[in-house]
Amino acid sequence: MGLLEAIILAVLAASTPLLIAATGELVTERAGVLNLGVEGMMIVGAACGFGGAWLTGSTIIGALCGMAAGTLLSLVFAMMTLGLAVNQVATGLALTILGIGLSGLIGAGFVGEKITTAPHLYIPGLTDIPLVGRILFGEDAFIYLSLALVISVWLFLYRTRAGLVLRACGDNHVSAHALGYPVLRIRMFAVMFGGACAGLAGAYLPLAYTPFFIPGMTAGRGWIALALVVFSSWRPGRLVVGAYLFGAVTILQLHAQGAGLGIPSQFMSALPYLATVIVLVLISRARTGGSTAPAALGTVFVPDR
Amino acid sequence: MQLVLEKRAERSNMIALISPLIAIGLTIVTMSILFAILGKNPISALGVYFIDPLTDSYSLQELVVKATPLVMIAIGLSLCYLANVWNIGAEGQFLVGAVAGSWLAVKTHGTDAGHWVLPAMLLLGAVAGALYALIPAICKVRFGASEILTSLMLVYVADLFLDYLVRGPWRDPAGFNFPTTAEFDPVATVPLLIEGGRLHLGAIIALLVVAAATVLLGRTIKGFEIRVVGAAPRAARFGGFNSNQLILLTFAISGALAGLAGIIEVAGPVGHLQPGISPGYGFTAIIVAFLGRLNPIGILIAGLFLALTFIGGEQAQIAMKIPLDVTKVFQGILLFYVLACDSLILYRFRLIFPSRKVSSGAA
Repeated sequence: MGLLEAIILAVLAASTPLLIAATGELVTERAGVLNLGVEGMMIVGAACGFGGAWLTGSTIIGALCGMAAGTLLSLVFAMMTLGLAVNQVATGLALTILGIGLSGLIGAGFVGEKITTAPHLYIPGLTDIPLVGRILFGEDAFIYLSLALVISVWLFLYRTRAGLVLRACGDNHVSAHALGYPVLRIRMFAVMFGGACAGLAGAYLPLAYTPFFIPGMTAGRGWIALALVVFSSWRPGRLVVGAYLFGAVTILQLHAQGAGLGIPSQFMSALPYLATVIVLVLISRARTGGSTAPAALGTVFVPDR
Repeated sequence: MQLVLEKRAERSNMIALISPLIAIGLTIVTMSILFAILGKNPISALGVYFIDPLTDSYSLQELVVKATPLVMIAIGLSLCYLANVWNIGAEGQFLVGAVAGSWLAVKTHGTDAGHWVLPAMLLLGAVAGALYALIPAICKVRFGASEILTSLMLVYVADLFLDYLVRGPWRDPAGFNFPTTAEFDPVATVPLLIEGGRLHLGAIIALLVVAAATVLLGRTIKGFEIRVVGAAPRAARFGGFNSNQLILLTFAISGALAGLAGIIEVAGPVGHLQPGISPGYGFTAIIVAFLGRLNPIGILIAGLFLALTFIGGEQAQIAMKIPLDVTKVFQGILLFYVLACDSLILYRFRLIFPSRKVSSGAA
């Protein structure tokens, strides 16, 4: 395997959790809900995903456990912000704080344990194609699943009636409500979808990226996923570009650390975070003509009856 | 039959007063269940958490020592939250303040520098914290970038920078390769209030900050402007208030207070710069600010209460082998309940009985 191929494979693996989590959050935000608890749902998804896989020996059960955990946490968020009309920013922060604690509690029994990572695909003939075979047909299933997820979300948002209604809730909840759509229920499903994706993204880390669980292993990826949604201007297609760009930054700084350029490793490790700040500034600045964010994003809606 | 939320004609002052207490009560019930799940006796666990730390002088002093940074940071954050801007990177501003102040302590180490060192360190810490907080504020005002995400990203950057300094240029040559600076000189250390105890001058500074914030919010035009911009941005625009200037101001104040708390922590209880100087003060302070209802006096009380959870958590780990993460779970649940109870100030629940025809479609 050549160096270039190795780098591309590493970038794909590093980008996948970002892409899955950001896709879920994109749907949530398109419905008008800002869930800042992605990091918390991811880390609990990582702990539960590892736990499930370690206890049963099955990657699929692990992934399902992660998704279930993320969904449950997102339901708490939905209850608070949709049911009780609580401020979404504050509730999202609470979810992250709670999630970090919970994951430590759940994962305490698994620290130091190891599992076998998700198997890589092998399709005779296709995977053996030189140069591209390994990348296109030979990685773990999550990578291809994440791309399928983005395409389905794009189709759902722009090619189905339900997607149109969901976007309407995010842009103008009063009108959507007046037209008779159940705004709060639609938002609840969007939040749950976001939670399931965040849980899956978290579970990907111990299931496929590194075969063990360490507390705090998400290391801010949930927050970077949130930034990616802004970067994408709330469009699924650009999300793929953004996620792979960030994956590339992460992997290149790791390689630079390994190559020993004489730059302190901490400076290289800070790169993805600094890049996030810079990208947010550039993207926001480019949009002086008007925001592309869903118009009702983050606002409270209490239907009058 | 369904439960719906209904806006109250006016905010309920009664509930505003008791909602933090309801939240604490609900949290304690939830925690008892969690302790039972973990196989611990809930009554004795709660005793270790909330009663034992209050029974001896050492833990009482430690309580104030832990509450000091929490209160100082939370006061600053409350100004931001009142103005409806979201500084969630106080942890980073805390670390940068600690680093900037420590610079002077490291440079003057072993010299015969006089008593000007500590005040200069505190000033450096506050200024550095303010400047660091101004980065997300300027990105927001100038470019419209989300201050939530940028301020949080800078926490990781500050953490890595501190790590680099204590493993690289500032490492104590006599420190057996541990990632730490040399112990600060006496002139670079925050004086203790009780000889041989834990209580230090920082507690007094925190009280002064509370007093200053009370005056700022209750007695000055600027404080009024901060509250109006947050509560009624349209009214503030008509009133001619400069909301951008207020964003910069609240971020600068909150950054300065977090930075000051950082250098006080390093030059006080810790005594040298090392990684892990904060058990998450910057994040816990967010809970303190909300539990204290964004009110300076409330924050003082809430800060003491959350400091109790840190000390209780440590004691519960030693005495009952309860994992330290329970403290974070506790803090997270508490914030949930606080926010939920606050909702009852503006809304009330009502049971409604929809007619049969629509009931099949109602959620």
